[in-house]
Formats: sequence, structure tokens, C-alpha cells
Amino acid sequence: MMNESLKQHLIECLKHNVRHDGRKLDEFRPITVEYNISRSAEGSARVKVGNTEVLAGIKLTVEKPYPDTPDHGSLMVGVELLPLSSPAFESGPPSIDAIEIARVVDRGIREAKAIDTKKLCITYGEKIWTVCIDICTINDDGNLLDAAGLASLAALQDACFPYYDGTQLDYKKKTDVKLPVLKLPLQVTVYKIGDKLLVDPLSEEEFVYDARLTVTTTPDGTICALQKGGEKQLSLQEIEQMITMGTEKGHELRKYLKDAGN
Amino acid sequence: MSDVTSVLKVQSRDVVVPGEVLAVGMDYLPSFGTYRSRETIRAARLGLVTVEGKVLKLIPLSGAYLPKRGDMIIAKVIDILMSGWRVDTNSPYSAVLQLKDASSGYIEKGADLTKYFALGDYVSAIITNVTSQKLVDVSMREPGARKIIGGRIIEVSTNKVPRIIGKQGSMVSLIKEATGCKITVGQNGLVWLEGHPLMENLAVETIRKIEKEGHISGMTDKIKAFLDSRLKETKHFDEEQ
Repeated sequence: MMNESLKQHLIECLKHNVRHDGRKLDEFRPITVEYNISRSAEGSARVKVGNTEVLAGIKLTVEKPYPDTPDHGSLMVGVELLPLSSPAFESGPPSIDAIEIARVVDRGIREAKAIDTKKLCITYGEKIWTVCIDICTINDDGNLLDAAGLASLAALQDACFPYYDGTQLDYKKKTDVKLPVLKLPLQVTVYKIGDKLLVDPLSEEEFVYDARLTVTTTPDGTICALQKGGEKQLSLQEIEQMITMGTEKGHELRKYLKDAGN
Repeated sequence: MSDVTSVLKVQSRDVVVPGEVLAVGMDYLPSFGTYRSRETIRAARLGLVTVEGKVLKLIPLSGAYLPKRGDMIIAKVIDILMSGWRVDTNSPYSAVLQLKDASSGYIEKGADLTKYFALGDYVSAIITNVTSQKLVDVSMREPGARKIIGGRIIEVSTNKVPRIIGKQGSMVSLIKEATGCKITVGQNGLVWLEGHPLMENLAVETIRKIEKEGHISGMTDKIKAFLDSRLKETKHFDEEQ
């Protein structure tokens, strides 16, 4: 929690284009991406953005397809905001914030058609692979949204199918068949504070923002998902600026992932 | 009494870990950060030992702040009580600011206490008492105690606070002079600063540098050189604009 005078001071500094950690408005903190950090998951990654740290893991299961898509695999995303990562998080059922992060990440991957879901079909109308992405926060120092997005992409890239003989799944045996990832939809959230637009907020900045827009773009610049948050409205011009900024930064973030060509 | 002759197991300025035996025998006395367990004196925390005659002391290198009488701290209001405020001291123990210690003025009975300090407000206060059960009292009827308005608050390691302050406040006044910021360093590891936004960032950067390199000798001169070079850079930057 931040009191009113500290908030005012932060906003006043931003008016001078000065952020509390000395970064530029459109600058990310140092980012590191580590692949394959878990033995039990089919794919996993750890992403650090400054002091923010997020883990993502992929689990692949064989299930019955939904009746409307008998030849497509399915996708599920879950986010857990662990109490160890921030004093504001409590254990129990997922909070609204956790659900929002999960849905935004899900929407980006789903709408970009990042995974070739047809290849996840085993037998038509009978068996398909379900991709479960689970995201856990280790430390929250702001911008969990983008960190979660980046981590889930890295985990998807890392994922390999487990051994399956048609009836039995053996998670202990990993095949070297990769999950069919077609492209990487990068997610960047642009925040509006006063009349300034910025990316990668610190926790303090997340207390004072007026509005935010998450922009998910594919490598060719196609927008595949948007999510607006915050109490204040955005003008058309601002949305345009935010989309340009989000796309640019998305290209920049893509470089942190391997095979950045996708 | 035991007839074992006392043996010192460490030298001054040795780094010790919790539980490490510092001395055997009854001739040595435990002091801050050390404790006696039967015949031995052991370290309670990670730190540097100092041997002062028969007294064994420890300068902690890590760990949370522990409230001490007379310390000036920066505390956050976390609850409003019947007759005062509960404040978070950035330590495992919260403190109480009694109504009578809150201001030199008269606060009427039944007054709305949030008018003085609301939840989330920060104050600088002095610790007046710490009981053996770690009930802590703070007072604001002391020089230097006030409500903190504006500026920003950063957290530093409490064990580095003496480095940041320097001898007779030499280090902190160096930063104050160079950056023109107003700075208050609380013993509990919270630092308040206010000034020009860019200068605030420089001050924060300097404090982080001291925190990281605090053990190196000749720190004051190094910090002075650092501040000078950074100030020159910003001046060039202003001229270019």
C-alpha cells in the first residue's frame, strides 16, 4: 500500500520523465529467460524482469476433444499468485488479478494460433492432446503480466511430448518431438500515468496508473489480442500510440527467446 | 564453578556463523549478538566478532532490524488504536505510538486520529522503550521526529545504515550537499529522500553503491569522486538540451 503523498510524488517525477529507478519511459528492466528448469514438466521456463520472477510449466495430457472441434487439441492457462511473491497475495482460490493474467496470456496464444492445434489431434473425435500452461509467481516487483506472457512462450518452446503408446502415457519418458509452436505472440502492456505512456512498471507505478493496454502481436506485427485495464479512459490517439509502442517493444522482447525468427 | 581455563576460539574481526563457538569457559561475557550456553559462548547471528577485554560482541552482517532504545526510525502507520497508533517498524515487532507522545500539541479526547496520522502514513520517530517481550514504544516528542510528507522511501539493509550515515553523518551530508536532496536515514533501514527527481535518482544510486561496497576503506573519497563525475555528466546533458 502506498499513501497519497508518495503517490503524488511518483506522478510528479513522471511529469519530468523521471522514473524512480532511473529508466526511460519505454525501457524494460534487464530480462533473463532460462529454459528447462523443471524435470517433471514437459516444458518449463523461468523469466526474470528486474526483480520480478515468474515460472511457467507445460503439462500435456490426453483427453477427449470438445464436440465443436473434434480434430483440434485444446489449451488451458492457469496463474497462481503465490503468497511468497508479494505481501498482497493470499492463498486460496485464484484472485481476479490471477484470472486476468491467465486469460490475457491464453487469449494471446489462442488467437495468434501460436500452437498448431490440428497436430494435437490423436484420433478424430476421440483423443487429443491438451496443453496446460501453469504460471507461478516467485517475486512480484511489478509487471507480472508481461513476465507471465514471456515465460509461457518460453515454456511452450521448450515443451516435448511424453511417450504415448495409444493407451498409456509415460511421463517419465520424454520423446524429442517438440510441441508444434508456429509463432511467438509477444505480449507488452503499456501503462498510462498522467499524460505519459510507459512500459514495464515497478510495483509503485502499478499503484498509480490511470489505464493500461496489453498489446499482443505476432512477428509480422498483427495484433492478436488486446486487454484494457485501469479506471480511466483512453483516447483513440492514445490507443494508437500504445499499440505502436507495444508492437515495437514486442519485437524487442522476442529477441530474448531462442529461435527469435518465429 | 568450573575449573576449565577460559579459551578464546576466535579473533577480533573474524566472520562467524550462528551457533559457532566463540569462547569456552566462564571468564568471557556475552554481549550483543552472542549468547552463553553452559560453558561456551556462541554467535547468535552472522557477523564480525569484536573482542573488548572479556566482552564478546558481534557486528551483524545480515538479518532484520531489531528495535533498540534511542534509535530514530521511519515507521508506517498500520492500525489506529483507541489511544494512539500501531506502526510497522520494518522489523518483526510493531511499535505503539501513544497519543501523549504523538505531538507537542493537545489532542482532544475522542478526536478523529486519522486527522493526524492515517493508515499508510509514514513518520520518523524515536524508540523510547523496548521491553524484554519486545513491546516497542515510539515517541514523536523528540527532535527530528515528524510526519513524512512527499518525497519517496527506499529500503536498505539495516546493517549498512551506519555506512550510509558515515562518521558523524559525513556520508549522508556529502550526498545531501551534492544532490541538494533532503534525506532522512532511519536506523530500521528505511530512507526518505526528497529533491529534484533526477537528483533523487542519483542519491538513490549512491546509497545503493554504498550498500554494495560499504566495507571498502576510503569510501567517502570514492563516493565523492563518483558524485562529482555523475554531476558533471548531468551538467553536460543539460547544456546539450
